Amino acid sequence: MAERKFRVWRGDSQQGQFVEYDVEVGPGMVVLDVIHRIQARQASDLAARWNCKAGKCGSCSVEINGKPRLGCMTRLNQFTPDEMISIRPLKTFPVIKDLVTDVKWNFEQNKRIAPFKPGPRPADGNYRMYQRDVERVQEFRKCIECYLCQNVCHVLRDHDKKDKFVGPRFMIRLASLEMHPLDQEDRIGKIKDEFGSGLCNITRCCTDVCPEHIQITDNGIIPLKERVVDRFYDPILWLIRKILARGQSPC
Amino acid sequence: MNKLQEESNLASFATMRTDRWWIEPLWTGAGFLCFVIYTTWAMIQANHYFVGSYLSPLYSPLLFVDPSAAGSAPVHHAWFGAWPSWWPSFIPASPAIFILFGPLSFRLTCYYYRKFYYRAYFGTPPGCAVAPIPQKNYKGETAFLLFQNFHRYTLYIALAYIAVLFYDAVISLFRDGVLGVGVGSLIMFVNVGLLCCYTLGCHAYRHLVGGRLDCFSCPKGQESLYHRIWEKVSCLNSKHMFWAWVSMIWVGFTDFYIRMVSMGVFHDFNTWGH
Repeated sequence: MAERKFRVWRGDSQQGQFVEYDVEVGPGMVVLDVIHRIQARQASDLAARWNCKAGKCGSCSVEINGKPRLGCMTRLNQFTPDEMISIRPLKTFPVIKDLVTDVKWNFEQNKRIAPFKPGPRPADGNYRMYQRDVERVQEFRKCIECYLCQNVCHVLRDHDKKDKFVGPRFMIRLASLEMHPLDQEDRIGKIKDEFGSGLCNITRCCTDVCPEHIQITDNGIIPLKERVVDRFYDPILWLIRKILARGQSPC
Repeated sequence: MNKLQEESNLASFATMRTDRWWIEPLWTGAGFLCFVIYTTWAMIQANHYFVGSYLSPLYSPLLFVDPSAAGSAPVHHAWFGAWPSWWPSFIPASPAIFILFGPLSFRLTCYYYRKFYYRAYFGTPPGCAVAPIPQKNYKGETAFLLFQNFHRYTLYIALAYIAVLFYDAVISLFRDGVLGVGVGSLIMFVNVGLLCCYTLGCHAYRHLVGGRLDCFSCPKGQESLYHRIWEKVSCLNSKHMFWAWVSMIWVGFTDFYIRMVSMGVFHDFNTWGH
């Protein structure tokens, strides 16, 4: 087994610093294995969140050499042998301890979104959907809520606009509801005014870091932005809606 | 804001990334700048944009023609005839001046181009997990940049240009009433094809042809034409960046080829024998 150097951020919400560890590494190891080895042999008080070790629970999100990644899906052989590997917590959220951040803000955003609201049942009492109609929203259901997209989004990360923009994860949740063939709820007004679709300038970092390879920008955020344009920024559609509304009115 | 955030918010471009994240914004920024410099230069030249039956895409559609310029088109090619006499002398008498805003506005508001120029030119952010150039109050596309929402209208303009360029390519097959083909015609047809792949794969077009619908099968449960078109457009859309670059470079190359043939630098191989 070879030994290599790691820098792990240690601290809490008030203070902290990078601490160096020399760790024995072997073939096939991932960054989460290194964290566990440090916990087992050198720093039993090192705090890190993890669960499945299979890239499906979204718990072990950290920043590895500055890139937001899942610790369990980042193999050491992705780095050159002499490269120092730095591990730090997600920058966008407050640190609780070491590599653990407080992501409860995300759960609060989820509660703000109007839930799925199907229309009345057909005469036979059974809802029907066709595969071609649900394929789009099935892509969004792959989300494991690792919040890497929320972490890398510069609107949240650098401009700290958490009061104005819900972030990419919840834009795709909104997309999954808005594009659902049975859903009847209208969320477009809120997507523009309350959830802040206009603050996204589509630089696609959320898509780049998604471990589930969800096309967050192309299939989620941009289609929502286009629906907002339909409703608020397209003068021809606005005129057509006015004319149709007048045609239906008795006056 | 925690200590870690405070530390890394100190400077623009601050990052802990150790990879060469700056290569992408550098080459995209430099590449587009080269294209802008070339098209501006080609526009100002106002000459050598026509030879035989080939018309440069940077000058099409031809609204007015100054027949005194070298390598200019015959006056009957122009939609409105000879160059207006009232034209101010300090502005080049270039037909490209009237038409370049169309394709430029489409590319400027394109979702892919927005990504690259926000990164490369405005540093908002320059790369993923790289600190942006500080702004007092970031507003995204809600204030001045609201004009980006007119992308679908620039799409309509771009579709009209494609029709015109296709007409130009077809016309290029006829020289003095004789049907033929030359390398220039092939380049012009490839140009139209690449522009189609880029324009018809655009996000706004994808939305208009079907993306706006929640249900493709309603109410009869059969696959609609919308869905079939949407699927094809989605295929093109997944390679939108590729088509954006290739089509842009080919437009420049088409102009360059026609310019070189018009200047006598290149010989155009064709079936007309001249």
